[in-house]
Amino acid sequence: MLIAILLGFLFSLLLVFTGKFFQGKGGIVSSLIPLVLFGYFLQFIPEIADGGTIVHSYSWVPSFGVNLDFTLDGLSLLFALMITGIGFLVFVYTAAYLKNHKYLDRFYGYLSIFMAAMLGLVLSDNLITLFVFWELTSISSFFLIGFNNSNPESRKSAITALAITGFGGLSLLAGALVLGSVGGSYSINELLNSSGEIAASPYYILIAILIFGAAFTKSAQFPFHFWLPGAMKAPTPVSTYLHSATMVKAGIYLLMRMTPVLGNQEFWNSTLIIVGAITMVYAAVHTLFRTDLKGILAYSTISALGILVFLIGQGTEAALIAAAVFIVVHALYKATLFLVTGIIDHQTLSRDVTILRGLRKVMLPVAIAGFLAAISSAGIPPTIGFLGKELTYESTLALVSTPLLWIALILITKILLLHAGFVAGISPFIGKLPERFAKTRKPGFLLWVPPIILSVAGIVFGVFPGIIEGSLIKPVVAAMGQDAGDQHLQLWHGFNTVLWLSVATIVIGTVLYFTIKPSQKLVNLAARVEYISPESIISGFWSLFNKFSSFWTRIFQNGYLRNYVSTIMVFLIGLSGYTLFNTATFSIDLSTLSGITVYEIAVVCILLIAVFFTVFTRSRLAAVASMGVMGLAICLVFVFYSAPDLAMTQFSIDTLTVILFVLVLYKLPRYLELSDYKTRIKDGVLAIAFGSIITILILEVLAQPVHMEISEYYAQNAYLLAHGKNVVNVILVDFRGSDTFMEISVLAIAAIGVFGLLKLRLKKTDQR
Amino acid sequence: MRTIILKTASAYLLPVLLLFSVFILLRGHYFPGGGFVGGLMASIAFVLHAFANGLSNTKTLIRFHPGFLMPVGLALAFLSGMAPLIFSLPFMTGLWYPEALPVIGALGSALFFDIGVYLVVIGVTLTIIFTIADTI
Repeated sequence: MLIAILLGFLFSLLLVFTGKFFQGKGGIVSSLIPLVLFGYFLQFIPEIADGGTIVHSYSWVPSFGVNLDFTLDGLSLLFALMITGIGFLVFVYTAAYLKNHKYLDRFYGYLSIFMAAMLGLVLSDNLITLFVFWELTSISSFFLIGFNNSNPESRKSAITALAITGFGGLSLLAGALVLGSVGGSYSINELLNSSGEIAASPYYILIAILIFGAAFTKSAQFPFHFWLPGAMKAPTPVSTYLHSATMVKAGIYLLMRMTPVLGNQEFWNSTLIIVGAITMVYAAVHTLFRTDLKGILAYSTISALGILVFLIGQGTEAALIAAAVFIVVHALYKATLFLVTGIIDHQTLSRDVTILRGLRKVMLPVAIAGFLAAISSAGIPPTIGFLGKELTYESTLALVSTPLLWIALILITKILLLHAGFVAGISPFIGKLPERFAKTRKPGFLLWVPPIILSVAGIVFGVFPGIIEGSLIKPVVAAMGQDAGDQHLQLWHGFNTVLWLSVATIVIGTVLYFTIKPSQKLVNLAARVEYISPESIISGFWSLFNKFSSFWTRIFQNGYLRNYVSTIMVFLIGLSGYTLFNTATFSIDLSTLSGITVYEIAVVCILLIAVFFTVFTRSRLAAVASMGVMGLAICLVFVFYSAPDLAMTQFSIDTLTVILFVLVLYKLPRYLELSDYKTRIKDGVLAIAFGSIITILILEVLAQPVHMEISEYYAQNAYLLAHGKNVVNVILVDFRGSDTFMEISVLAIAAIGVFGLLKLRLKKTDQR
Repeated sequence: MRTIILKTASAYLLPVLLLFSVFILLRGHYFPGGGFVGGLMASIAFVLHAFANGLSNTKTLIRFHPGFLMPVGLALAFLSGMAPLIFSLPFMTGLWYPEALPVIGALGSALFFDIGVYLVVIGVTLTIIFTIADTI
């Protein structure tokens, strides 16, 4: 299973070398990856349907309890199939949609990274691994939203999305850590056993809030929803795949996964119901005020996510079945509508619903797909959308507290979503074809087949719900700790309240569709209240934060090296001086020190001379050279005290430092007296104070009893375990090899930084 | 600073210093030395050459941008850390060839790690110094 998850990462790595092939006609080949994975996960259906779970475990960092544990149960399987199935169609569609795009290979790379990360997310049993994959989805989403990186709007949306979902990721990490320490394990399966303890612990509310923070940001719940409409700047395949079918459902997945651990608590349920309800109504109302097809779809996606959160919050068996069905429903129809929108955009270069009309004449198959998706979204029988809607009404009716309020809210939402679905899926295709679209070219085969497949699947599953009932839906509910034994999905329930609600939805929605047409006027109306939207409030907060940070930076990062150095010194003197003043004993035990030799006196004399020379010389180069002398004198001290490794390194570093200084200073103008008398006195006092503090510190360290265990351990084991006699080197390359590896990575980053800074600046002056 | 003496000397000093740096690198496991110091010495050798013969001459001598040594070294260090995974041992477990070889001595994954450090240090130092020398 590890290979199945890593396949996407491996493929994106391969693209680095074979990008040329996938840029052109080879693009379509890449869709084999999701197809193979789809087949791979399909084979598990019988086993999972029988109530089995498949567990694969690979140890990663066992000492921290972080392992690559993967569990495939009903919930994971549903998501894995959606990720790979819709992924396959999107990969195919992309080959035609971004045909001849110069970065097509890059696009496939990001997409497959995303796919792999998403698979990892839904299959991880370990909370920390889940967090890693969670962040990877945010990062790949960032690259995909900003794919048109020459457009500043795209870049801004990408950063907003990353900031919001990244914040959620941190919240998830914090939640996972607290949950792990309360529950005693990072494994979700093991946490299931201690759900009672977790619920009783004082940290329960904190854990729930942190998990909510992650789920609500990822799944675009109010008030964090605004990154999702912005994310529509991405090419349409991305909107289809990440921002409607899969990634935004990661939050939903997390909530469903955590339901057996944290659910069935008053706080959990009521928060989810309230947040879900606000989101679904708020976003559904917003769809009325949009004329951009993708904008409408974005808000209707947010609304659908709200419905899902609302259903999970109800937490009953009926509600969870409804949620599982609705996930399938939504993935099928919303992905279709996005793909249809993409085709319209691709062929006519417009997404404005106020001008798009009569396109069925130029793209009939697309119109059929749009129509089928729209009626599925409206919940008109015999689509699977009808099933989803019935189940939602049924479970909401069964709510104990104020069911009327919730029914009213969900009814309003469903009516508005029906309107949105019709506007997006039907209205561009009916009516008279305007002159300007008469010459629209027919979309290619690869473009219209994916939406047709998805929308037809919506009908087939609706007519024969048995196909998904036992194989997908019930295992999902079982994975959430509920038994869905005798529930059956069926189209016809008889004449009951639910049916009348459905009829009311369809009738009122259709009437609404014929009375309210999307128009620029409505968009302008909504723009007037924009200033109280969460987006404006949060971006206002951000700009305040930016102002504050630039103010703060101006104070401390003022560009004068001498100010940096003195700031650091003052801070250190203050802090360690205070600590020393409180704790230091100021006693020097002279008896433990070794005798002073002639060499040492000589070296110290050289040091002193060099110091005075540095301070009083009027030539920069001479100052640098005498600083080099100081360095070398210290090297000698190291040699006296048998630290040859240190001495050698210090010697080389000193040489290089002097060379660097000379390189820079050689070109500077002649020595000038820039600082006045007062500044010099101040600097001198500071330097002497700093030196004294460091001296006291070192003497204090000497007075401490020395613990020899660590150095003895290294000395004893260097040869036994690491076959080396030079303990210093053995520590560097073996015992603490990971540290060294990080250090050389940091070195490399620093060098790239220097290179980038200097070379880029050169280019700019060239332009002038 | 182009004196004829330094110029002539540097032509001989460069190979000798480089050889010395490799010596320092290899002996590191038993005696004072190691990849870090070795790398610094090799960089100093090149910098000395640049002082004597001019930066552009040193650059033509090296042929490729020294920055390329950084990814190579990092990859080498990383791979030497990954190698134990083949034998299903944890990351960065030291692997050793059972018998000592002539000249080099005991051969183990730590040596390759050290060579990686050596290359990265040369790459970093020369990139920084050459860039600064170029720009100013």
